[in-house]
Amino acid sequence: MATKVVLDFEKPLVELEAKLGEMRHCLRSSSREQAPNEAEALQNEIGTLEKKVEALRQSIYKNLTRWQKVQLARHPERPYTLDYIYMITCDFVELAGDRHFSDDKAIVGGFARIEDRVSGFSQPVMVIGHQKGRDTKSNLYRNFGMAQPEGYRKALRLMKLAEKFRKPIITLIDTPGAFPGIEAEERGQAEAIARNLYEMAKLTVPVICVIIGEGASGGAIGLGVGDRILMAENSWYSVISPESCSSILWRSWNYKEQAAEALQLTAPDLLSQGIIDRIVPEPMGGAHTAPEAMAGTLKGILIEELSALLPLSSEELVNSRIEKFSSMGVWNEEG
Amino acid sequence: MAWFKRVTPSIRTTDKRDTPEGLWAKCDSCGAMLHKKQLEDNLFTCPQCAHHFRIAPYKYFSLLFDEGECTEFDQNLRAADPLSFTDTKHYPDRVHDTIEKSGKTEAVRNAYGKCEGADLVVSAMDFGFIGGSMGSVVGEKIARAADRAIQLDAPLLVISQSGGARMMEGAFSLMQMAKTAARLTRLGEKKLPFISLMTDPTMGGISASFAMLGDLNISEPKALIGFAGPRVIRDTIKRDLPEGFQRAEFLLEHGFVDMIVHRKELKQRLAKTLAMMRVEV
Repeated sequence: MATKVVLDFEKPLVELEAKLGEMRHCLRSSSREQAPNEAEALQNEIGTLEKKVEALRQSIYKNLTRWQKVQLARHPERPYTLDYIYMITCDFVELAGDRHFSDDKAIVGGFARIEDRVSGFSQPVMVIGHQKGRDTKSNLYRNFGMAQPEGYRKALRLMKLAEKFRKPIITLIDTPGAFPGIEAEERGQAEAIARNLYEMAKLTVPVICVIIGEGASGGAIGLGVGDRILMAENSWYSVISPESCSSILWRSWNYKEQAAEALQLTAPDLLSQGIIDRIVPEPMGGAHTAPEAMAGTLKGILIEELSALLPLSSEELVNSRIEKFSSMGVWNEEG
Repeated sequence: MAWFKRVTPSIRTTDKRDTPEGLWAKCDSCGAMLHKKQLEDNLFTCPQCAHHFRIAPYKYFSLLFDEGECTEFDQNLRAADPLSFTDTKHYPDRVHDTIEKSGKTEAVRNAYGKCEGADLVVSAMDFGFIGGSMGSVVGEKIARAADRAIQLDAPLLVISQSGGARMMEGAFSLMQMAKTAARLTRLGEKKLPFISLMTDPTMGGISASFAMLGDLNISEPKALIGFAGPRVIRDTIKRDLPEGFQRAEFLLEHGFVDMIVHRKELKQRLAKTLAMMRVEV
């Protein structure tokens, strides 16, 4: 799929691909008039360039820096929660409101069914996630995926509903952070997130959390306490965004690359830290280059994980979830 | 005879680094000149305007526990450097220098003892150690304090005083939010009270995890409590913040703390309330 938005580090590749396109066009339009040996020479050149393009593609996407991955995680064409819901599930019934104050559009959720005709797998689930917008208008509507306390309270209401009806829960995490605003503080942003952490630890149904894009701090972990934590290959998850980290520790916005490196916030980093359980591989170039393929991969993994968790008892689930988070952290103990 | 013997001489009441130097101190709020003795007698609150000076964990221990007697535990946990984190300074150097300079070992201290004759476990945070930030050690110590409370069949009081999560431990710090909240569910299961005392400041990953989860949320007067920092909010919404925004009184008004308690009344109020929260068997 040709993408409209080109990131800085993708430019050499896009330029080379454009050149290749021109040569192919040239070959097609002029092959009739040209001498056969000239066409052959052009064909050979195209072959060489194709190899070069492929080599460049490999060298760019296989050696992404942490900051480049952060950029991919924020790619404006990246699939968002509702895209995944429509590609992975059927019969999605969206539910609204926290029953206290309002309906936060930055978090969506509802019942849906995950079905696989081949294996006969069919399971109703509660799926909840942060929702970003695609353009200015939808971003204002979704508040750029930055939830208010109502969003977290809506999520908790839906999780409790799932627990009541014994349905597993899938959360999709993709937020630049919980919204920092006057009203958010008045209505208890901190309390809403804290409550979710506490209640999610106790949920008696399976919970799978997937970081699909940005996992920024408290706003992310507010949906992030589960039995299995998965992370898309080009997503990030940390205690702070590289920009804010740069501004606090370096007292300048210009050290975001260094901050991204220092924070070790990519999927492979978190897997080696034991914080996540599994990486969801993305198509070469990022999830947005082949969203259907990406959704297919994620669906397969979700079915696998659900199948493993569904037989477990409530007690087993809660105990091992608390154990899982209890074991996180690295310290030295003297004497 | 005391029920618990002090195992280690751990409460150093000679450490004055958190109190203003010299014999006289100026109140940060009303500017009154206060004699050190007067300040101490008032538990480091201003007798004129009730401003609460920020105090270190051992001062809370000595004001909460009967005769100031308590047993500190889990003092031997030290920060590791799981990410080999370097900003303008190596993280281990930052930790080492802070330990050298302040004589503190981490941003929280745990102790148990008697409060008005009843067992109490206290976890007290310390802003003087890298802004009271929560990394793996803080998370683990608070989790262990909850375990200790269960073991002693006693309530847990956590005194927060922190700017938030510690950046230098990256996602590990973030996970401490989930870890502390998850472990507190164990305390809840046992019907043991969890009391959160929020002091100035209680922000970010602290307020968004254990600090807001108290069966009772108590605050000291005028403490700054919130999720996002005031500067971040101002930069985001591009307008001035209202007077008293994110102060204890603002949180009381909006329903997120049960009461604001003057430090001089803290012990008595706490003991009285806890006595009524005990589940009768």
